[in-house]
Amino acid sequence: MCGIVGLFLKDASLQPELGSMLTQMLVTMTDRGPDSAGIAIYGTEVPGQARLTVQSDNAQHDFETLAADLSRALDTPVTGRVNGSHAVLSLSRDYSGAARDMIRALRPDIRIMSDGDVIEIYKETGLPEDVATRLSLAQMGGTHGVGHTRMATESAVTTEGAHPFSTGADQCLVHNGSLSNHNALRRRLTREGIRIGSMNDTEVGAAYLTWRMREGAMLGEALESSLADLDGFFTFVVGTKDGFGVVRDPIACKPAVMAETEQYVAFGSEYRALVSLPGIDTARVWEPEPATVYFWNH
Amino acid sequence: MQQYDLETDGLRGLNAALQAQAAEPEHTAWEVLNPRGSHAIAVGLNAPLDVTVRGPAGYYCGGMNQQANVRVQGSAGPGVAENMMSGRVIVEGDASQYAGATGHGGLLVIKGNASSRCGISMKGIDIVVHGNIGHMSAFMAQGGSLVVCGDAGDALGDSIYEARLFVRGSVKSLGTDCVEKEMRPEHLDLLTGLLERAESDAKPEEFRRYGSARKLYNFDVDHADEY
Repeated sequence: MCGIVGLFLKDASLQPELGSMLTQMLVTMTDRGPDSAGIAIYGTEVPGQARLTVQSDNAQHDFETLAADLSRALDTPVTGRVNGSHAVLSLSRDYSGAARDMIRALRPDIRIMSDGDVIEIYKETGLPEDVATRLSLAQMGGTHGVGHTRMATESAVTTEGAHPFSTGADQCLVHNGSLSNHNALRRRLTREGIRIGSMNDTEVGAAYLTWRMREGAMLGEALESSLADLDGFFTFVVGTKDGFGVVRDPIACKPAVMAETEQYVAFGSEYRALVSLPGIDTARVWEPEPATVYFWNH
Repeated sequence: MQQYDLETDGLRGLNAALQAQAAEPEHTAWEVLNPRGSHAIAVGLNAPLDVTVRGPAGYYCGGMNQQANVRVQGSAGPGVAENMMSGRVIVEGDASQYAGATGHGGLLVIKGNASSRCGISMKGIDIVVHGNIGHMSAFMAQGGSLVVCGDAGDALGDSIYEARLFVRGSVKSLGTDCVEKEMRPEHLDLLTGLLERAESDAKPEEFRRYGSARKLYNFDVDHADEY
């Protein structure tokens, strides 16, 4: 089944509440996906700075001197903020590519969850409520975010298999459904130089969009072409640095409901996920049409 | 009027109380508060009850209904009035996928729009949608009537058997073996009654009728591409 939630704030005064609103939505979707949970949250940009979210099963050991080691190796200031099994590293944008490679060399066991100017991704196996509590998701603020509760079908119940997936700077994708041509596409995208880290079908969907955008497509165009090139069932919710998009396959058997007010655009796999949002009783609520791309930008 | 607050008293208690009325209804009027999109509200009823749900319902509201009138004052999630046998379910907002699926009887009224697969495999239920319906509606429909006051999506009535489809607006495309048919006086009479019972003021003569071409009833190699 899987559950997806997403929230794109139009009203900046709600930004400190983003994490708590998303957490409530995510926890409501537990019975659609109790295997793992994850969230991508878009924060405030610090000019010239990039951030990398990393995760480790041995966080205490791996993170202790990570920022200092990285700083020394790259010869640039790096700061680190540890949050449970995750840490967010901040450094000059010019060094973010080199930092990815250096992290692999310095700490081979560390997973890079996301990189970009504003995105942070947190995901773990376990019940959504436990994951949210361990990572203090409710305390996070930001401009927009997506969340996912997973019922594993296409690959193992692991942190790598949890959503969201990020295969490009500030990009992320969450998915309800299953793609049937992901193995062939994975081979093709790997040949194109897109890095795919897991055997999960959704990561291939994310990588496909990254590849299309690398080739010059706008996100909306990339989503349009996914309708032709991806086989299977999908409801996708995607995030970019300043945008939030939704698309469903032409059969559209995976559920989706959206709500829009003056303050926000919200997405849920079920209406239940949206009931605690402010002003939901008077919001415009609708079901996104099949094979139709919806997109909002800041 | 019995009031039941789903937030404090839970779903199982509600359905148990409503189903317990089947032997001999003690209370016929019920009001369900704080549904908040909960699933399976007022399912499996078998008594002439009036149940009003004050707000949006989740999956399968009013499923398997017999005799009862269930009114949702909000939207309904997937599978509203699924497999209804008799009685009436009215949704005052929109309904999600497969509304009225496999229903054998009774009347389902959706005052807003219905989503995809409305009336899929309907077997005798009457469905009246005041707004639009989505793709693959009335797929493999076997009996009953589907009335759409707005527009219908792709592949209406795909592989239809004997249900009657009436659409006032446009039809994006007809499914395999579904064709437009002549609107005869008996169909206008039927439609008049259905619209009246569904609290719709649409005019029967504005509708077009669709139904089965009956070419797929028996295997015919000339139709192999269409199966």
